[in-house]
Amino acid sequence: MIDKRSQQLAAAALGLLPATFLLFRFLTDSLGANPIEEITHETGEWALRLLLLSLSITPLRRITGRNSLVPFRRTFGLLSFFYALLHFSTWLGLDHFFDWQGIIEDIFERPYITAGFTAFASLTPLAITSTRGWIRRLGKKWTHLHRLAYFAAIAAVVHFWWLVKSDVTEPRYYAAALGVLLAARLVPRR
Amino acid sequence: MAVLIRSKTPADLSERDVTNEKHYWHRRDFIKIAGASAALVGSGLIGCENGGESAQASAEPPAAVTGLTKSPLSTAEDQTDYADATSYNNFYEFGTDKSDPARYAHSLVTDPWTIEIGGAVNKPGKIALEDLLAQHSLEERIYRLRCVEAWSMVIPWIGIPLASVLPRFEPTGNAKYVAFKTLHDPKQMPGQNRRALQWPYREGLRMDEAMHPLTILATGMYGREMPNQNGAPLRLVVPWKYGFKSIKSIVSIDLVANQPDTSWNMQAAREYGFYSNVNPEVDHPRWSQAKERRIGEFRRRKTLPFNGYGEQVASLYSGMDLKKHF
Repeated sequence: MIDKRSQQLAAAALGLLPATFLLFRFLTDSLGANPIEEITHETGEWALRLLLLSLSITPLRRITGRNSLVPFRRTFGLLSFFYALLHFSTWLGLDHFFDWQGIIEDIFERPYITAGFTAFASLTPLAITSTRGWIRRLGKKWTHLHRLAYFAAIAAVVHFWWLVKSDVTEPRYYAAALGVLLAARLVPRR
Repeated sequence: MAVLIRSKTPADLSERDVTNEKHYWHRRDFIKIAGASAALVGSGLIGCENGGESAQASAEPPAAVTGLTKSPLSTAEDQTDYADATSYNNFYEFGTDKSDPARYAHSLVTDPWTIEIGGAVNKPGKIALEDLLAQHSLEERIYRLRCVEAWSMVIPWIGIPLASVLPRFEPTGNAKYVAFKTLHDPKQMPGQNRRALQWPYREGLRMDEAMHPLTILATGMYGREMPNQNGAPLRLVVPWKYGFKSIKSIVSIDLVANQPDTSWNMQAAREYGFYSNVNPEVDHPRWSQAKERRIGEFRRRKTLPFNGYGEQVASLYSGMDLKKHF
């Protein structure tokens, strides 16, 4: 039996694979015709996938009764934030090249960017307060605060849905997954 | 005394006209940075240079086309890499991902190909592509292409002016618009199995837009026959309008009295107008059209009214409110 610490490290290493692959593609110029767009899309999708994975831990624990799953919630949550941060910085630095006027305009005038920014802004305090110290300091409030993760996930799916031109197949998959996770929270505790 | 002045045609914008100085980086620079970082990392990752640049890179490029006439309407700007222009495409008939067309368009059979010409013409009928082209000489037209998604390319098309084709079918007085349709055959175009748009793809132009010298029917690019993913064997190119107006793989051309239905307008009328002239002043409801990323460059550049073809085409729209008729 592998100990808990190694399991978490393995999960983190696995979660960093997409970023590693992206870096490899960047270094070998194989990101395609529009590298900035490709980086933006990849980091955004991984942020969403890992956020949903993190949100699936609690229902999984309830179903399986395995409390040992709990630490993975933080691992996946932090990985999601890592990709969201890459996604956000790519947009800020590579896409807009720090054109602040354009950035502010986008955040306030483009609903899909408003939604994406909202998701990122909601994840930030969760990442900051993910340490043991903060969990202790916030006590019961911590649990309430961290329900923001659901709100962030909703905002992220809306962000994705609103940016596609006509084919919502992909965002629909994520919306369905999120729907299942939200419904799972409604099932009363055993 | 006669002084020869080689005047620049309006289409002949150099990069300096568009961006005052070097305040964008070239993609090649982006790659140099990548190379430098690789050296720093010392990881030895470099060495697989073409690690999958595109699906197209390994495929055999189409046959070369010779005897092309150069056109004064061409731009002298740097051309987009062939690999980029053939691997980054919006052609929903083969899937909605930009890499789908290069991957799946091989199933399209482009020979034989017939085009049906009908509507308000005295000489309607079906015509084989080679007969349509037989009496024309092919020209090279290097045009800017601006996608509604805020990216752009510079592509050396091969084609003939639409204005030299339409009169052969003798349009009647009722011909006010031209309506185009793409092939509808889910066996050849697997993307049509899903309803990403209402098939077949439809586009249209007002008669004066169709007869404008910049408007061409293209049969090739980069000195070669048209790759399937770029709209083989016959597509429209209207360089002052967003790319989706330049309909691909055309099977029918109808001259009509009323403004025809067009695919993206049917999909979302609030977002895509019939005219869809490139206009930095009129944002897409969901994103800005003020700037664009030229494929191969790092920094965004400013989008020009009518994609920089304003001197040639602005007069077509005099007196029209282009914010209303977007």
